[in-house]
Amino acid sequence: MRFESAQGERLKTKLSVENVYKIFGSHPKRAMARVAKGEDKDRIFAETGMTVGVSDASFDIQEGEIFVIMGLSGSGKSTMVRMLNRLIEPTSGAVKIDGRDIIRMSRKELIKIRRRDISMVFQSFALMPHQTVLENTAFGLATAGVGKAEREKRAMQALDAVGLKANAQSFPDELSGGMKQRVGLARALAVNPSILLMDEAFSALDPLIRTEMQDELLRLQSEQARTVVFITHDLDEAMRVGDRIAIMQSGRVVQVGTPEDIVRKPANDYVRSFFRDVNVSHVFSARDVAKRNQLTVIERAGMSVRAALSRLDDHGRDAAIVHDRHRCYLGTVSVESLRICLEGLAADDEGDLEAAFVDDVPQVSADTSINELLEPVASSPYPVPVVDADGRYLGAISRAVLLRTLSRSEEEAA
Amino acid sequence: MSLFQVANDGLWQRLSDHLIVDLPIGDWFTLVVNFMQAHFDLFFSVVSSVISFVADNLTTFFNWLPAPVVFIALAALALWRVGWQFTLFVLIALYVVLGMDLWPATMDTLGLVLAATIAALGIGLPLGVLMAKSDVVQAIVRPVLDFMQTLPAFVYLIPAVIFFGTGRVPGVIATVIFSMPPVVRLMNVGIRYVPSENVEAGKAFGCNGLQLLWKVELPLALPSIMAGINQTIMLALSMVVIASMIGAGGLGDPVLAGIQQLRLGTGFQGGLGVVILAIILDRLTQSFGQRRRRASVFSRLAKMFGSNSERPSAG
Ligand SMILES: Nc1ncnc2c1ncn2[C@@H]1O[C@H](COP(=O)(O)OP(=O)(O)O)[C@@H](O)[C@H]1O
Ligand SMILES: [Mg+2]
Repeated sequence: MRFESAQGERLKTKLSVENVYKIFGSHPKRAMARVAKGEDKDRIFAETGMTVGVSDASFDIQEGEIFVIMGLSGSGKSTMVRMLNRLIEPTSGAVKIDGRDIIRMSRKELIKIRRRDISMVFQSFALMPHQTVLENTAFGLATAGVGKAEREKRAMQALDAVGLKANAQSFPDELSGGMKQRVGLARALAVNPSILLMDEAFSALDPLIRTEMQDELLRLQSEQARTVVFITHDLDEAMRVGDRIAIMQSGRVVQVGTPEDIVRKPANDYVRSFFRDVNVSHVFSARDVAKRNQLTVIERAGMSVRAALSRLDDHGRDAAIVHDRHRCYLGTVSVESLRICLEGLAADDEGDLEAAFVDDVPQVSADTSINELLEPVASSPYPVPVVDADGRYLGAISRAVLLRTLSRSEEEAA
Repeated sequence: MSLFQVANDGLWQRLSDHLIVDLPIGDWFTLVVNFMQAHFDLFFSVVSSVISFVADNLTTFFNWLPAPVVFIALAALALWRVGWQFTLFVLIALYVVLGMDLWPATMDTLGLVLAATIAALGIGLPLGVLMAKSDVVQAIVRPVLDFMQTLPAFVYLIPAVIFFGTGRVPGVIATVIFSMPPVVRLMNVGIRYVPSENVEAGKAFGCNGLQLLWKVELPLALPSIMAGINQTIMLALSMVVIASMIGAGGLGDPVLAGIQQLRLGTGFQGGLGVVILAIILDRLTQSFGQRRRRASVFSRLAKMFGSNSERPSAG
């Protein structure tokens, strides 16, 4: 959502991946030649024993977005994310952070980048069992040579941010899985990186804790937007946290887009197969179902009560929405409310539209999920107007439209 | 049957006439040894004087220590690391050693074991790290270690005597070589088996090579390393006893006397002394292999009093 609402502003590319390949095996160049000829991963493996981990991946990640990489197990997600901090050396291609190619960097510069700009959260937590929670959290700072008092202070703040301040002196094996991963998160946040890599960070947690951690991530992200690369094989998780999603299939990035884009226009059957059992109501928000042509639209300036009524009569509609010069939503009027208002007016009185506004029409914001729409739409006598963050009118949702959307999502789910 | 045998014999005769050549390996070995004695004289004398310095001082030191001090020190270690039952055992066992009149021999052996262990660890620990870091080193060192471990212990005495004569020094040197393999092996294995995500985490947070070793690999490999050190000490003890055959002295002497002169009682007493020393060293070094936690007592106490969110240094 953040990504979309930022449409107007110029987005800054934080990380860019350009034609990156990774081949595991003894003669990567030989396998590269085969890849170039268009041979697929399975054949290359069968004939040469080399594994194509990632093949010709290119995408840009914007500053402050949560970029999800999704794909089945073995599709190359872990390999991909490890090339972003060069834990795995790409066979060819470029990975640029703020425009600087880290693949061509010296070891020393790379270590500097790892200490300052980019940190990582691991699937199996990867905490150091011999260190306390506090020492674990301060690990990156200690590595960078930050003094003890300063690093413990900053580690404590990071622990506070994930709600684990009370466990600072515990050892990792005294914590539950969810708590361990909070420490993993705190350790990554303590160095205050601009990029956070998360490889299946929540996959080892049980579902309840997992949702909790996703919320935690979104909350932290709302406090300070970092660029997050989030790996998962779970679609619900991808939809929940992702501003944009890249889908990987046997080493290739087959589609990159917003969750809505990908649900609407899946690039191939592989992508479609992910969504077969997706509940559309999670994916679509009010913005997506709002219809422009549901209601007559009236600009308030220069419109009398009488003129509004005759406009509605012309269109054969029950109700209209009223907006101001900037298309900001003001209220809804109906034939009935306009008539009542007109009866109270003298023959030569123009009347004020505001007096005819129907009170019990709620307005909903663009990113309300479909599930949350049910109640306002059902209780409203007229279609419910949808407004964006600035209050501008985007369209309206009638009961019929909502029902149609819901039944479609159920059909797709079946 | 006999026909078959005749044919077989004839065939074998012909084969051996053509194919088997005399391999004077023993002569070659003598040549190599002579060559080394002639050209590496300085090296051997330096090694010899360093070893004798360390070994002599350690044995002298332990013999100089009054028995009660040794009693108290070992009992305190036992109480700290293991428990009161073991402490009781240590006290009784040491008393038995005194009673068998084997105290000086036991202290000699302890000094020799310690000297040999220090040398074995000094070479073995870094070698194990190198082995873990480089597949090439591993490929070279591993067969050498295998070879060293399959040789019977007393075979080590031969080159030691050739190069260093008899006495303490060759005894310690043979012991060093004999006892080194486990610590090299277990250092190597310990580092190689550190979970890959922990190593990745170390790298991802900007560790350089040395930091990775100190902050991640060695601490996580510690149980394995300590097991290696324990095994090395135990092997050193067994070798030191055998080394009494070349005059290393210590608890091996009564055992040797028992064998050579069929003095059953003396031999048994010496054996008992070795066993007692072995048990004490084994339990104590094993106890260091278990991960100790500096703060766990503190944090448990703090939890008990519900005040663990405050910590003075975290202001
Ligand atoms: N170190 C490695 N050596 C050889 N093959 C590897 C290595 N790491 C990953 N692979 C292979 O690369 C492919 C992608 O693996 P990975 O990136 O771990 O996938 P994912 O994280 O999506 O499950 C798989 O086929 C895997 O077997
Ligand atoms: Mg993976």
